[in-house]
Formats: sequence, structure tokens, C-alpha cells
Amino acid sequence: MEHLPVLQIVIPLLAAPVCVLLRHHATVRTFAVLVAWTCLGIALTLLAEVREGGTISYHLGNWAPPLGIEYRVDLLNAYVLVIVSAIGAVVMPFGFGTPEPGLRDGQHHLYYAAFLLCLTGLLGITITGDAFNVFVFLEVSSLAAYTLISLGQHRRALTAGFSYLIMGSIGGTFILVAIGMIYMMTGTLNMADIAERLPPVLGTRTIWMALAFLIIGVSIKLAVFPLHQWLPNAYSYAPPVVSAFLAATATKVSYYVLVRAIFTLFGAAFVFETMGMQRLLMPLALLAMFLGSIAAIYQEDLKRVLAYSSIAQIGYMTLGLSFANEDGLTGGLVHLFNHALMKGGLFLVVAGIVYKLGSSAIGDLRGIGRKMPVTMAAFVIGGLSLIGVPGTVGFISKWYLVLAALDSGSYVVAFMILASSLLAVVYVWRIVEVMYFQGDGESREGLSDPPLSMLIPTWVLIGGTIYFGFTTELTAGTASEIARMLLEGAK
Amino acid sequence: MTPPTAIGVAVLLPLLGAIGIQLTGKRPNLREAVTILTSLLTFGVVLTLVREVTSGSRPELELAEVLPGVALAFQVEPLGMLYALVAAGLWIPTALYAIGYCRGHDEQNQTRFFTCFALAIFAALGIAFSRNLFTLFLFYEVLTLSTYPLVTHYGNDEAKAAGRTYLGILLTTSVMFLLMAILWTWHLTGTLEFAPGGILNGKAEGPMVAVLLALYAFGTGKAALMPFHRWLPAAMVAPTPVSALLHAVAIVKAGVFTVLKVIVYVFGINFLDETDASVWLMYAASFTLLASSIIALTKDNLKARLAYSTISQLSYIVLGGALATSAGILGGGMHIAMHAMGKITLFFCAGAIFVASHKKNISDMDGIGRAMPFTMSAFFLGSMSIIGLPPMGGSWSKWYLALGAADGHHAIFIAVLMISSLLSIGYLMPVVGRAFLFPAKASEHDHGHAPASGPLSRIFPGLHEAPILCVAPLCLTALGCIALFFFAGDIYDLLLPITLEP
Repeated sequence: MEHLPVLQIVIPLLAAPVCVLLRHHATVRTFAVLVAWTCLGIALTLLAEVREGGTISYHLGNWAPPLGIEYRVDLLNAYVLVIVSAIGAVVMPFGFGTPEPGLRDGQHHLYYAAFLLCLTGLLGITITGDAFNVFVFLEVSSLAAYTLISLGQHRRALTAGFSYLIMGSIGGTFILVAIGMIYMMTGTLNMADIAERLPPVLGTRTIWMALAFLIIGVSIKLAVFPLHQWLPNAYSYAPPVVSAFLAATATKVSYYVLVRAIFTLFGAAFVFETMGMQRLLMPLALLAMFLGSIAAIYQEDLKRVLAYSSIAQIGYMTLGLSFANEDGLTGGLVHLFNHALMKGGLFLVVAGIVYKLGSSAIGDLRGIGRKMPVTMAAFVIGGLSLIGVPGTVGFISKWYLVLAALDSGSYVVAFMILASSLLAVVYVWRIVEVMYFQGDGESREGLSDPPLSMLIPTWVLIGGTIYFGFTTELTAGTASEIARMLLEGAK
Repeated sequence: MTPPTAIGVAVLLPLLGAIGIQLTGKRPNLREAVTILTSLLTFGVVLTLVREVTSGSRPELELAEVLPGVALAFQVEPLGMLYALVAAGLWIPTALYAIGYCRGHDEQNQTRFFTCFALAIFAALGIAFSRNLFTLFLFYEVLTLSTYPLVTHYGNDEAKAAGRTYLGILLTTSVMFLLMAILWTWHLTGTLEFAPGGILNGKAEGPMVAVLLALYAFGTGKAALMPFHRWLPAAMVAPTPVSALLHAVAIVKAGVFTVLKVIVYVFGINFLDETDASVWLMYAASFTLLASSIIALTKDNLKARLAYSTISQLSYIVLGGALATSAGILGGGMHIAMHAMGKITLFFCAGAIFVASHKKNISDMDGIGRAMPFTMSAFFLGSMSIIGLPPMGGSWSKWYLALGAADGHHAIFIAVLMISSLLSIGYLMPVVGRAFLFPAKASEHDHGHAPASGPLSRIFPGLHEAPILCVAPLCLTALGCIALFFFAGDIYDLLLPITLEP
């Protein structure tokens, strides 16, 4: 049991080449699913252990930090680990028994290998307590993600993957430069050590530059407006299941890095008060909320609607962070989980549609509300959650965010949060109208709901948006505990 | 059944009914049986709670704590009891009427129709029994969403446009203003629970109170205060039973109920009275009240006229709350029941006329009273109640509203009430007059309709009434208007405790 932190990474890492060796379709698939489930089991165990016994520190290869690499699991890591591995565990078995949607023949073993590597990278970023290690795992996950995106059937998947590669590499480089500067000033790469040694040198220009590089680098990965250009193409041309996985996890992990950097490494007081980062992040977050949602309204493809909606939702998370108070951070962190649930679920709905229709263009969705009632019901619930209707997880996030705005006395921002959620009504309802009210005359013979192996994962996530809309002990409870922990640590 | 169980059962029954209706969708007779059975059972269970409430106890049921201090919880208090009785009670005649209407009219998608109907009642009861603002808001949105498929029932462009207006206004106001008000209340007080005497006293002061009240009043779009009233006439594209129960009773009453409940249990009557924060609302409500009555005069489409009449009557209730006097609150509360019974009758009649003769416009209804004496007599009784003439229930609520205006030294609103009553005579009585006194138009019987069959025309040859399942419920509710005149004392006694603040 004491080796759980490293097993969290090693198991999917070793499983990836095994997938390539196994080659046989069904075997690879079963194997990958089992690995993903094991990861979830480990993450849940870690969360339970951290909640009970406090922070776990694991020394890789028994080399004591700061020389050796330390895996440091506190409540925040454990929480993000659970999100990432849970989404992996739900998405992996999607469509079991059917050909992978949007994938060329003979590539399935590579697909699963890349998938597991991506999972490894994302879990690695989250679990490690070593700044350079973050960069390494960032590259692991990014390279795997480029591969996954370019596996998409559409030829533009290649260019989408390529532009993600360029943007991602720039982001990665920025982060590396920042780590280098921090190392220069503190002489350590262990994050706990950095946090201790930074305060005396916070006044130096090197550290200011490091902060700037780090925030910009992470913001590219997180797709903070206006650094979001890579995201819509990447999500729309990737195979739909990959979009579901990446939308629900990749940006979440970047958000984790941002939170970790601001609150643990540099300290909120320095970032927000001395450097005035609030004045930068808050307007950008608000712009993302509005422009992302407005752009979503005008898209002609369901995947792109969801992709632009993601940019807006990332805006909510960044906004929560920029308040730097307990409610705001809780709102941002709980939205991490909530958005993973709803966006993951919605992209799985799209995957089901693409499996049946071969397209996700809004014009092709006419009248499918009647032909695919179970799938479309999932879409409506997921959409309501994006809007933030009470009884869904979206409401919980908005609750904390608006309260944070009221706490900090910004009534205008509070109104803007609510107003932007109305834009979600427009882009969701536009699709609902097409699905239920159009295409009466067209006969779509044989069109029906996708098989159960697709419906079940979809409904696990969509059902989660309702379940966690009422039971928030695990989500909001943990998030507010983390928020308290981070803010106390920042003092 | 213990009272807490009864609350749970009452709220849950319509939800189970909706599932049952969905499951039995392929067999219409069974499906209709489920609807009727559920409505009867629900009303029965709601009735068992009345005694508890009148004896002074406030049964509670907490289901889950969603966020720390924010629970999904129910509590029965007098105002909610009254609203639940109205919504559940009138569901029974409406269910019968809807069956007659849908079959007489060969509606499409009847299963979806009855499912959503039951869901709407589920939401209405949830609102009625909500113990805190969160629960109320949750069911408020469920009500909006569950009735959207009913408004867009016909699925054509007109219905779609109406659906957009409907959802647009109701969601916008509720998310922008109502949710904001709720969060602000939480921010100020740290609680969302309804409490006698209000929770804001001492926590809010100055102009903030009026602003907060404005957020609540306009945020409750279902109360149809101008300028957020457009959804109500738009919703009239829905089949008539929907207009009858939902857009004259359950939904709009959910709105005014919310306003009253917030005034009584969040602000507190005394607190509002002392701060004078609701004076502007009296004028805003009076404006809506008069303006929509005048618009009603200009409408030739019967349902549109009734819709604007509804907007006007809702503002009576808002006005009653805004007066912040005991009599005003009591009058407003009583008007929930009185107007519901009167207006549902009128909508039933409008639908019956449409089913029997396919007429929508008042100018075409000359002499129709001779072919449809039952329907038009019921229309006459319902109109009298809306106008507020004895011996109809509506006279009492108007009496108390006027009394409330006098108590609050706002005599001008007595004049507003009287003028509006005159206006309502102006827009309702011509319908009755035309039907009974004008000669029938020549083209009356050239519609190519087969002579009406059914028990009524067999007994009274020469009649052209709608099917018996349409006519019986509307006669029942018309008699109900008279009955309410005599039972007004009971409603008064039921509501009285809410005006006694600790």
C-alpha cells in the first residue's frame, strides 16, 4: 500500500507498451480498460488516505528529496487524480464491442497505447512534487495528446494536431524557462523546498520573469483566453472519445498546475497583491466567459459548440481563482470536477451521434431527438448543467462563484457570471430546437440510440451531473477544504 | 401516514404518475386512468395535511443537505397549503377536461402531453411545500422546463417562437434576478430558510431593501409583472388545458405565491412596512394591473384576452403583498384561490367553444350561447368572480385587498382596484352579451360539422356543446366559484397565522 503513489504512474506507463505488443483488438481493449479502472482504484484509495492521514510523501527509489524525486500527495493532488482517473475509467470502455469511432483500421493498439501514455502524463503532472518532473510529464501527456488528435479521421485532424503541437511546445518551453529561472534563484527543484526558499528572493526580477513565463506557459496549456486558439480545432477534429477525454482532463490538470504555482510556490499574496495578477486574470476570465459563449452560439458543428463552451467554462475556473478568496477558489476547484463530468458526458453524447450518423454538424441533427431519445435526453441534461440550472452540478459551481463575487464586493462581476450563463441557454437551446422540432418530413430509417456500451458511460457521467448536484459532500466539501488549506498556506 | 411522509408522498405521486403515464403510453385508456388516479390520490394526500396546518403545526421533511446550510427540504405552512390545494385540487377537473379536449381534438403526442402535465404538478407541489429559497428555486426551474414541451406542443414555427419567448423570459429573469436575489440574501444573512417575521430584518437597510425586493419581484417572471409579462400571452399557443391549469393556475400562481412568500417570510410584513421599501412595487403592480386590463379590451382572440386579464389579476396579488398590511396579504392570498377557480373556468369555456365550433375570436361568437348554454353560463359565472361580484368567491379577495389599501393609508389603490374592476366588466361581459343576446351569424351551421353527439345533445336536442368530459369540469369549477363565496371564511382562517409575526 505504501507504494500506491508510484503505482499510480507506473502501471499505466508500463501498460502502454504492453498494448502495442498485445496487438489483438479485443485483448488490448480489455487490458486498457482494466488498467484505467486500476488507476481509478488507486486514486480513490489515495484520496481516502489523504483525507484520513494527511499529506503523503513518497520518495522515488528511496532517494531522499531534494536530491531524489518526491511524489507528494495532498488533498489537492488527490482530488485532481480522482477526476482524471475517473474520466479515464469511464471513457475507456466507451463503445466496447464496437469499432472505435473515427479511427482507421489497424491502429487500435497504437490508439490505446497513446491513450494510456496520455493518462500517465496527466496523472504524473498531478502527483509529482518536483518542478522539473512536472515539465517531463507535461511533455509525455502532450506528445500522446498530439498523436491521439491526429488519429482523427478528418484530414484536418493532422493540422489540428500540428497546431496543438506548436502551441503546446511553446507553452511547455515557457514553463521550462520558468523552472530554470526558479532553479537559478533557489537551487532546488523540489516544490516544497522552492516554496520555502522563494520568499527572500521574491523581489528579484528573475522571479518576476519566472512568474510571467510560468503563467503564460500554463495559460496556453489551459487555453485561457486569448491563448485558446488551438483548442477548438483540436477538440473538433480529434476522434470524439479523445475529445471527451481531453476536454474533461487535460485542461483540468493545467488548471491544477496554475493553482499549485500561484498558491503553493509563489504564494497568493505575492501573485495577487504585489504583482497585481488579479487585474489581468479577472478581465481575461470574464472575456473568455462571454466571447467563448458567444462564439459557441455561431458554430455549425456540435463539437465546436462544445469546444467554445469549454473556453467559456475555463473562464469560470480562472475567475474563481482570481478572486483569491475561499468561495472563489472552492468554486473554481469544484467546477474542475463538475465541468469534467458535464463536458465529458456531452462529448460522449457527440461520440454516440457520430457513431450513428457519421457527422456532428448541427444541420444533420434534425429530428434525432425522436430517433435517439436516450442519447438526446443526456444531451439536454448536460446542457442544463452548462447553463447552471439548480439540481445539476453547474448550479453548485455558479453558487460559489457568485458568492465569491459578492464576498469581494464586485456586484457587477456577480451579475456578469449570471448573465454569461444565459448565453449558454442560447447555444444549448439552439441545438435542442434542431433536434426536436426540425426534420419532421425526413425519414431516417434504422436510426436509433447507440448500443448500451456507449449509453452506459455517457449516462454515468450525465447521471453524475445530477447526483453531484444534490450530494456535494465529496465535491464541494473537498474543494472547500482544499481552498482553506491553500489560503492558509498562502498566509 | 405521518405528516412528513404525507409531504413526501404528495410531492412524489405526480412524479410517479408521470413515469406511469410514460410507461402506459401505448394504451390510451390505461394512461388516462393513471392520470386520473394520480390526481385523485395526490389531492387526497394533500388534504390530509390541511388539518395539521390549521391546528398550528408545521410538518417538515428534509431530504438532503446540498451545500452546508442549504438543504433540499419541505415544510407545510398556510400559504403553501393553500397553493398546494389549488394546484392539486384543480388538477382533477383539468385532467378530465384534458382527456375530453385531446380526444375531441385528436391531439398528437398525447403521452408527452400528459407526462409533462404531471411533471408540472410535481414541480408546483415542490414549490408550495418548499422550506427554503433553494428548494423553491429548484422547483421553480423544474416547472419552467417541464412546461416548455407543453407550450411548444404543436411543434410549428409559431409554437417554437412562443417557446423561445417563454423560456427566454422565464429563465433570464430567474437566473439574472431571482438567483441573484437569493445569493445576495444568503450573503447578507447566511440562511435561506423561510421564517415567520422574515430573515432580513437587521441584516439589510436603506435602499438595498428596495433593490433586493425589485430583484425578487422582477426575478419571479412567472408573476408576470410588466415588462416581463410577454411570455404569458405567448404561451397561449399551447393546447387549452395547458392554458387553463398552467397559465391560469399552477405556473402563474407559483409566481405570485413566490412573491407573497418572499414578502412574508424573507422580508417580513412589519419590516417592509417600516422601511417603505415596497411602495414602488405598489405603483409598479398598479401600472401592470391597469395597463394589461386596457390591453385586454383590445384583444379579439378570446384566449389572448383572458391571458391579459390573468396578467392584470396577478398584479392584484402582488399589490396585496406590496401593501404590507395584514388585510392586503390575506386578500392577495385569498385571490390565489379565487382567481384560480374563476380563470380556469373561463379557459375551460374558451377551449370548449374551440372544440365544439372551432372559434377563437370573440367577434365570431355571436349567439353561441344558444347552442352552448352550459358553457356560456359557466363563462358568465366565472366572469362575475373575476370581476368580483357577489355571490362569487372573487368578491371577498377584492374586499380584503381594498381593506388592505385603506389600512396602509394608500387610498389611491382603492381607486385603482375599482377602476380595474370596471375594466374587467368591460372586457368580460361583452363576451357573455354577444353569446346570449346577439343573433347567431348565418354561417353558423355551415361549418360542415356533424351534429354534435353525446349525452348532452341527446337530452337537449339543438345543443352543440363540446364532449361531456369538457363540459362537466367547467360546470364544476363554475359552481366552485359560488362555493368559494361561502367558504371564504375557511381560507381566511387558514391564512390568518401568516400575518401574525413574532
